[in-house]
Amino acid sequence: MPSLGASFGRGAATTPQWDLANADCIVVMGSNMAENHPIAFRFALQAKEKNGATLIHVDPRFTRTSALADLYAPVRAGSDIAFLGGIIRYILEGDHYFKEYVLNYSNAATILEEGYQDTEDLDGLFSGFVSSEKAYDGTTWQYRGMDVPAAFSEHFTHHGDSGLSPDEQNVRAKEIQHRPPTTDPTLQDPRCVFQVLKRHYARYTPEEVERVSGCPRETFLAVCEALVRNSGRERTTAWCYAVGWTHHTTGVQMIRAAAIVQTLLGNIGRPGGGILALRGHASIQGSTDIPTLYNLLPGYLTQPSAQKRHATLAEYLAAETAPTGWWHNYPKYVVSLLRAWYGDAAAETNDWRYDWLPKIVGDHSQLPMTLAMQDGSIKGLLLMGQNPAVGGHNTPVVRKGLANLEWLVVREVFESESASFWYRSPEVERGELRTRDIGTEIFLLPAALPGEKEGTFTNTHRLIQWHDQVVDPPGDCRSETWFFYHLGKRLKALYEDSTDPRDAALRHLTWDYPTKGQREEPDVETILREINGYTWPGRHQIADFKDLKDDGSTAAGCWIYTGVFPEDGHNTTRDRVADGPEGPGSHLGWAFAWPSNRRLMYNRASADPAGKPWSERKRYLWWDARAARWVGKDNPDFPADRPPDFEPDWTRAPLTGMDAHDGRSPFMMAGDGKAWLFAPSGLKDGPLPTHYEPKESPVRNPLYGQQDNPAIKTWDRPDNPYHAIGDPAYPYVITTYRLTEHHAGGIPTRFVPTTAELQPEGFLELSPELGAQLGITTGDPVVVSTARGSIESKALVTDRMQPLQVAGHTVHQVGMPWHFGWQGYATGDVANTLTSIVGDPNSSIHEGKAFTCNVRKGRLDQAPAQS
Amino acid sequence: MPTEKHGVGRPLGERVRGALRDWSVPRQVRGQDAERAAAESEGSRRLRPRLEEADRVGTSICPYCAVGCGQLVYARGNQVIAIEGDPRNPINQGTLCPKGSATFGWMQNPNRLTTVKYRAPFSDHWEERPLTWAMEQIAQRIKKTRDATFVKTIEDGVPVNHTTGIAELGGATLDNEENYLIKKLLAGGLGMIWIENQARI
Amino acid sequence: MSTPVWPEFVPERGRALGSDALSGPIIDEAELTAGVRVEAGQTYGFLTDTTLCIGCKACEVACKEWNALPAEEPFVMTGNSYDNTSQLSATTWRHVAFVEKLVQAGAHERASATHGSAFQSGWLMMSDVCKHCTHAGCLEACPTGALFRTEFDTVVVQADICNGCGYCVPACPFGVVALDSNDGKAHKCTLCYDRLKGGFEPACAKACPTNSIQFGPLPDLHARANERVASLRQRHGVADAYLYGVQGADGGQGTTGGIGDLQAFFVLTDQPEVYNLPSAPSLPSRRVRPGLLAGLATMAGVAIAAAVVFAAGSERP
Repeated sequence: MPSLGASFGRGAATTPQWDLANADCIVVMGSNMAENHPIAFRFALQAKEKNGATLIHVDPRFTRTSALADLYAPVRAGSDIAFLGGIIRYILEGDHYFKEYVLNYSNAATILEEGYQDTEDLDGLFSGFVSSEKAYDGTTWQYRGMDVPAAFSEHFTHHGDSGLSPDEQNVRAKEIQHRPPTTDPTLQDPRCVFQVLKRHYARYTPEEVERVSGCPRETFLAVCEALVRNSGRERTTAWCYAVGWTHHTTGVQMIRAAAIVQTLLGNIGRPGGGILALRGHASIQGSTDIPTLYNLLPGYLTQPSAQKRHATLAEYLAAETAPTGWWHNYPKYVVSLLRAWYGDAAAETNDWRYDWLPKIVGDHSQLPMTLAMQDGSIKGLLLMGQNPAVGGHNTPVVRKGLANLEWLVVREVFESESASFWYRSPEVERGELRTRDIGTEIFLLPAALPGEKEGTFTNTHRLIQWHDQVVDPPGDCRSETWFFYHLGKRLKALYEDSTDPRDAALRHLTWDYPTKGQREEPDVETILREINGYTWPGRHQIADFKDLKDDGSTAAGCWIYTGVFPEDGHNTTRDRVADGPEGPGSHLGWAFAWPSNRRLMYNRASADPAGKPWSERKRYLWWDARAARWVGKDNPDFPADRPPDFEPDWTRAPLTGMDAHDGRSPFMMAGDGKAWLFAPSGLKDGPLPTHYEPKESPVRNPLYGQQDNPAIKTWDRPDNPYHAIGDPAYPYVITTYRLTEHHAGGIPTRFVPTTAELQPEGFLELSPELGAQLGITTGDPVVVSTARGSIESKALVTDRMQPLQVAGHTVHQVGMPWHFGWQGYATGDVANTLTSIVGDPNSSIHEGKAFTCNVRKGRLDQAPAQS
Repeated sequence: MPTEKHGVGRPLGERVRGALRDWSVPRQVRGQDAERAAAESEGSRRLRPRLEEADRVGTSICPYCAVGCGQLVYARGNQVIAIEGDPRNPINQGTLCPKGSATFGWMQNPNRLTTVKYRAPFSDHWEERPLTWAMEQIAQRIKKTRDATFVKTIEDGVPVNHTTGIAELGGATLDNEENYLIKKLLAGGLGMIWIENQARI
Repeated sequence: MSTPVWPEFVPERGRALGSDALSGPIIDEAELTAGVRVEAGQTYGFLTDTTLCIGCKACEVACKEWNALPAEEPFVMTGNSYDNTSQLSATTWRHVAFVEKLVQAGAHERASATHGSAFQSGWLMMSDVCKHCTHAGCLEACPTGALFRTEFDTVVVQADICNGCGYCVPACPFGVVALDSNDGKAHKCTLCYDRLKGGFEPACAKACPTNSIQFGPLPDLHARANERVASLRQRHGVADAYLYGVQGADGGQGTTGGIGDLQAFFVLTDQPEVYNLPSAPSLPSRRVRPGLLAGLATMAGVAIAAAVVFAAGSERP
């Protein structure tokens, strides 16, 4: 999650879910929380009960979340930054920002480079845009005289075409070790972040918000008023988002915009505040922390790339190690990882076998993966509990890609669409693919479930919880641990006699996990101990990542998880002591949260610059002068003994790491220790969120000449066509979503009778106005089309969908849940047949939440009626 | 239907015998309240929650979304008999959403795959195969494709040591330890770079 | 004692249970989940507070998973908002009704869309269930004693006695009891009779994410409900909130016809009919009153039939 990483330092929810109960106002935007995270929504209702909190829902659809909200603001899908930009303007123009917080804890006062030009100057572009590459060079976005890397894996992304030599860049990057960034504490300098922000958002007036988003200005202003009324010393507001924000070509900047709002209002690092990313799979946070992702190594270390200065370990460390802040410890985590993976084969003399790590050569995410399967460059696919034939994008291409593989391994609980595409897909039904022509060799292996296997999940607020094995899995069902452990054993055996250097990594990979029982299930706690880290070669558990070393004396599989197994016999993910009603409510004795069991991140900001709570009501962490420590309800996310008045000793410069931060810099992962209102590094589409239209939109961008995200990732090819702006063939905005009754690609809920009956078929939601226009009533068969494909569904006409007035046009929005497919009891056509392969430049996430389509009454096999 | 209907399969004779034994009129005549104790059947007298039959109760975490609700898994022998919310867990305090409440129906589901299915190239049917056979075949396919597609350096001599011929997709539904082994073996051991999960979906 | 609306964690119990391994079920688990120790001789019920309902249907699923009830077939969408189970039946003992009322009758504007009520508004959702009436028509109509009042004052059909005569079906003013086409017997919510005997909260109330369904002793629930309605009206500005199923609750709106208190009662914000509840449920025993004599007559008939079956049965190998 680059947006939260670029804003605060770590790409994860800032606050635990239960802390929502401490909020005075909760904004749910880009999320249908009551439906998709009902248990988290408990805490929102508790806040209403306890504090009389105001609950706000901003969404294109009136959902079960809206039904419980005090205030519902309808918006056009994809117009979120216009709405959020309007809030930022309201806060700045009305002087509603939390001055002491903003001045001390954000980069508001920091002076930018002279060369910086804003979208106000360039009609929707920032300075540094290289149109031939559809990419930015961010040299001019930097702080005056220095480059500060972003605090997540894309530390430096802006110098591809800057004309600066590596040495010149190095000097600029090291400048922050010699002095703090130049600031204007009066916030008056026209080049300080505060003034730049004010100017950037000046045009996001309530009138423009209404014109772009379709949200009536009174409603928009009611949201703004509730926000500022419920923020400050005494009160806090929390924000919740989910894939309603990430599934856009501007998704990262939507979240960034919320980060700016929350920073201006002083709501980060404080109880009842924060930004809660609500994620949708049991360990989706865990699979980002310990990434089954192409561009990361465990603990948010950067996967080496042939396109960066990563050729050798020295170059890699030089490029990736932050000069200041906590990330200065980068080499310790890399060397500890290499030691964990390659054991005694790794040595200082061979760069800890850095060259054994494969280097990426571009974007290897799911969208291009889909096309690479279709084009035949990917020959074999291992599919682990994911169902891309339903959940992928432009799924006709996905299914044809699966049909083009040489071999496919599917590990699932049920026979999913991705396993059965070769005889039951719409392409086979229509004769576009013939079973006898599909050469894909398929191995469908049955998987075990929690309860049948043990291990840990990391939840949406970084809480790592253990689940027991209670019974043996049935038949040949096995855990993924079993599958990969034994696969690794077999592969090692196949390569046993190889002397080819390219096989050395596999042959030396540490893989000595003890097994138990007849099935030879590997011992999961042994793997967790390795993830936690231990000394090498003694294998004594390490209690905290501050004890990891870059000299090969420690091994750790994921440095941010150090503490999950701090000593022999203590698996902290099994701790089960929750706080009672009189307790602090941070539940420090319940399981383990990374980093170092801190529950509310950046919690130094819950105290004022002098270290005192901002108010009694919002007391959380404070400086105890007598004990000379930070104390309170949580573990400090800050050096525990650093006093508030600590100043770096610049006379001893260069200062590295945390030595360069003062006692009032709560965002320790960032180079300057501050929350980034303005992001000088890390983001590929600009330092400030700016409203761009979705790739497919019914209107021209009402705010700028620049239509869509200038750095957007597109794959424009015959099997992945896009609609033109305002294309009359595809006049309606469509959004796709989940229902509370089903899960993701529909595995397993479409197979479980008790959930399948609750939403037994796919459907299309549309407004009565559009229904009347098209002669459609509830229950009618309808055909929904895009240039990618057409599907049939059933109409559900509802007042919950409403047309909006956007820039003088009436925009009709329709919606479809994307859970359905042809397998199981609850069935329906695959909604993702309609979506395209298009991506956010930072995250390569698709735009399933806002695109255009056509709708007609009738059956798919009937020609459209002539009108 | 996969879930068993209540009462089905009990022979009629037995049912009538029970009805006669439990017929309340004689007890009403003895002076018990017609609507209360007098009407209590043998079945009601013996009734206990099946949770009490569990010989093991494990702590689990809901396998659906990322909220992280605690679950208790009740088992007797090697059979799960119920899955409910864990009242100790500060996130859900015993509650569960509709999906979480259906975890038992997921685990104990007659449609679950329990054997390896194999589809040969161009075939029109599944074949059941032994697990060990499938494991060996998969290892061989991976080796063959890897060996055919491995790249040590790209054109300008930059070492990459990778294969772009094999991809892995999925991980967000899996345990941390499972994700760790996937990344370690596939990237750290085999040099695969197409490794992705649901985080972008 | 009034239990708080949000059941707080019981600290001592939590600590005592503070390890991940349990040797068996938690004793008196309802104390942790509902703040209630379940004891025979008390009157238990449900308070279903629609203002907290998010329509998630966890109650429907938890009920079916616990009671091993089958899904309603065929798997076809009804088109009636998000309601696809339609009604309480022999195999659906909790049912969530959905009422979309974004546009008031006669109006064109989506009146409530922007400024909702402090709790549920615009889209009403209500989890319906057997009312476990104080004067239960079904129980009075039952000729066999299959329906009886348990030691928890709840009304339960005993499947081992029920002969499927169906008298209870029209006797219920709420259309709750139904015969199952599969086994021919009457079925309905038991208020998880088995669970109560073991000290567990009923499955629906335990699962309910938002505490819309609360379980407890009826006097406690009444106290809590009165407090809730007062709070909704005074603190949260929900003037329409009232109790349905509490005899003589304020203004008469909460009256229950002639049938006294409903042990499963509701906080509503619109007219009962909107939720498909009768505005004045009538005592049905005047329509169907078999009583003791009718019971004797029925059982005599059954006994004769049974004798035949016995004879036939005993001859089989």
